[in-house]
Amino acid sequence: MSISSGPKIIRPITLQPCNRSSDNPILSDHRITTFIGSTRTLRLTQSISSSQRRSASTIVAVSDVAKRKSNKNLLLTKEEGLEVYEDMILGRAFEDMCAQMYYRGKMFGFVHLYNGQEAVSSGFIKLLKKEDSVVSTYRDHVHALSKGVPARAVMSELFGKTTGCCRGQGGSMHMFSAEHNVLGGFAFIGEGIPVATGAAFTSKYKREVLKEADCDHVTLAFFGDGTANNGQFFECLNMAALWKLPIVFVVENNLWAIGMSHLRATSDPAIWKKGPAFGMPGVHVDGMDVLKVREVAKDAIGRARRGEGPTLVECETYRFRGHSLADPDELRDPNEKARYAARDPITALKKYLIESKLASEAELKAIEKKVDEVVEDAVEFADESPVPSRSQLLENVFADPRGFGIGPDGRYRCEDPKFTQGTAQV
Amino acid sequence: MASIFQGIGAATSISSSASFDTMKLQFSSPRSISGKKANCVVMRSGGAKMDSGSSRNGGRADQLVTNAVAAKADTPAASTASKPGHELLLFEALREGLEEEMERDARVCVMGEDVGHYGGSYKVTRGLAEKYGDLRVLDTPIAENSFTGMGIGAAMTGLRPIIEGMNMGFLLLAFNQISNNCGMLHYTSGGQFKIPVVIRGPGGVGRQLGAEHSQRLESYFQSIPGIQMVACSTPYNAKGLMKAAIRSDNPVILFEHVLLYNLKERIPDEEYVLNLEEAEMVRPGEHVTILTYSRMRYHVMQAAKTLVNKGYDPEVIDIRSLKPFDLYTIGNSIKKTHRVLIVEECMRTGGIGASLTAAITENFHDYLDAPIMCLSSQDVPTPYAGTLEEWTVVQPPQIVAAVEQLCR
Repeated sequence: MSISSGPKIIRPITLQPCNRSSDNPILSDHRITTFIGSTRTLRLTQSISSSQRRSASTIVAVSDVAKRKSNKNLLLTKEEGLEVYEDMILGRAFEDMCAQMYYRGKMFGFVHLYNGQEAVSSGFIKLLKKEDSVVSTYRDHVHALSKGVPARAVMSELFGKTTGCCRGQGGSMHMFSAEHNVLGGFAFIGEGIPVATGAAFTSKYKREVLKEADCDHVTLAFFGDGTANNGQFFECLNMAALWKLPIVFVVENNLWAIGMSHLRATSDPAIWKKGPAFGMPGVHVDGMDVLKVREVAKDAIGRARRGEGPTLVECETYRFRGHSLADPDELRDPNEKARYAARDPITALKKYLIESKLASEAELKAIEKKVDEVVEDAVEFADESPVPSRSQLLENVFADPRGFGIGPDGRYRCEDPKFTQGTAQV
Repeated sequence: MASIFQGIGAATSISSSASFDTMKLQFSSPRSISGKKANCVVMRSGGAKMDSGSSRNGGRADQLVTNAVAAKADTPAASTASKPGHELLLFEALREGLEEEMERDARVCVMGEDVGHYGGSYKVTRGLAEKYGDLRVLDTPIAENSFTGMGIGAAMTGLRPIIEGMNMGFLLLAFNQISNNCGMLHYTSGGQFKIPVVIRGPGGVGRQLGAEHSQRLESYFQSIPGIQMVACSTPYNAKGLMKAAIRSDNPVILFEHVLLYNLKERIPDEEYVLNLEEAEMVRPGEHVTILTYSRMRYHVMQAAKTLVNKGYDPEVIDIRSLKPFDLYTIGNSIKKTHRVLIVEECMRTGGIGASLTAAITENFHDYLDAPIMCLSSQDVPTPYAGTLEEWTVVQPPQIVAAVEQLCR
């Protein structure tokens, strides 16, 4: 089975009983068919460009995949399993600590927590190399952590201290790391997608124009269901498919854009379908199951790395908390929340690791303890770090500070001693 | 080509601009900021030195400067042929600067609508796609916001893109990316990522192009922190500013003007890069400081001819750098003349002139003998009808009248 011959829907491997109840008040009938999905509904009906021949039926049913991989343990090794588990625990513990710190008045503004969506971040980002890039939205703490930004740096940034990854100038919604290739952190939805497209463009440019033949850097763009209705999303799907850019568009469909249900905002809620409309595979995956996400991610990242072009991956996931710490979260049905809480990705992975004998209870507990210590240490470090001094005010506005211009005395304003004190008139 | 400005028939005066160029050539290397103050002063007095040369000064008044017409020069052909440098049109100068920079640094690339195979809607990128390939001169789909963002992402990851807006007005669609990402990401990332993009395109009121194609976006962009804005007006400064903008690590918006692309001038053969933050002394004088940029420079110079005949001696400065303002050149001029007239094509409300008025009042109030006068375009959408369009922008007779009023 070739995985590069046009769009197909990869059915995820069932590791736990899927929730097939049809008495779901929120999901209307076409919802059930797309998410749980029988093969008949996964027929692609989009028009096909002549340049892309699609093989007739490339849908892989669950049972086929299960047969191919008879031994479930081959899904990941013990090492990988523990790495993923630790990453997810770190994400959860960190976000819980953020909530605590926020209510204690240590961090401010808009803080958007990732609880419940850890499978997407860990499932994708743990497959990347250091040189690959990640672009996120305002719900970016865990993406940064998964990519390797130290918890200390992220926590300090949230506290607004000068030791933060962005020197305290970015905040919760602007996590950047040049070292780990985290390209943000964007407050407006959809803003990051073109930036991710640009990073993928650089990768292709390096390979084809600058002749760095081994440059196969991939970019992941994470964004939500609300963004999938935004113009920048569609424009970038077009450009990425047109130029076969090495990018994966990951939609974290948690069904809610603040208080706007995805079903109330979208004419066709199946976001994965929008991929084939632009000439790339559109894949839907259960985003509460990290192993399923990981399998899909491997395929998509592999495609990009081989130069075969972009993929659109829709992860059905859920955020256990409100949109932000300021959101009272009164609109969502408690039953819906309970249903998804039962599918907690961390619990699911823990169960899998133990049942398949990849790890023992004790080992997992040790990891949880270690992560707790890391998070405590991060808070301590952030607490003790200094706040930015006034001199930092005017730095970093321009890469070349001559951009502040020439003052009345003929000198560049950045040469004015008051500039470094942060009190110069610019 | 037909004259751009009604009633102008005079040819380009090449000799004065050539002499001007030589002066510029000596001082055109980018200033260092390592505190060599003496150096800076010397470069500055490039303008002052010309004042002290009285014979040259007298000469200038008579053969007043460049007109907007891409002329057949009426200076003798022999003298033209023997002069150093080469003649070209403004859009060719832009292309020359662009090509030199692309040759010099393989990371420099161009993206925009119709920049590749079509050669650019104003031919600025003609021939470049054939030479450098479709990826380096990228024809984008019509998605300004996204390809501007793509350019920004590429800049963050190591490339140096030049993003062309087919018309400056189209960049309104890219405002999200220009304001949020272009201007701010260096700061919000704590200095980790730089955005060395150049965003360029033609703007300004053309010849009956209608309201939407006649916009002046400099007023909308000027408040964005973290960007620089420059406006070119001659082939010489177009090439120099293009090169400087590409070499700068800051995001720079380069404003070109639709009606100036066919200006002809002789520019040096040697490589030169101008300073992004400096203003240009066009015509030294004693009585009044006229600050202008882009196309209005030519209206001002035409008015200057009339003024000289009436006995006035205006000092004309092309501010070139719209953000930040070169308050040194401007300040020195004000300290000499004590009267300021700003002539711009921007809208009256919140335009560059408004900001400049505020900056001058703040810094040089004591030196003024009269209130600052600012002539801007009317706050109306540019009408299609030719006569109406003519009345929305500042015309030379208005400039003459304003100077007369200022100098009363």
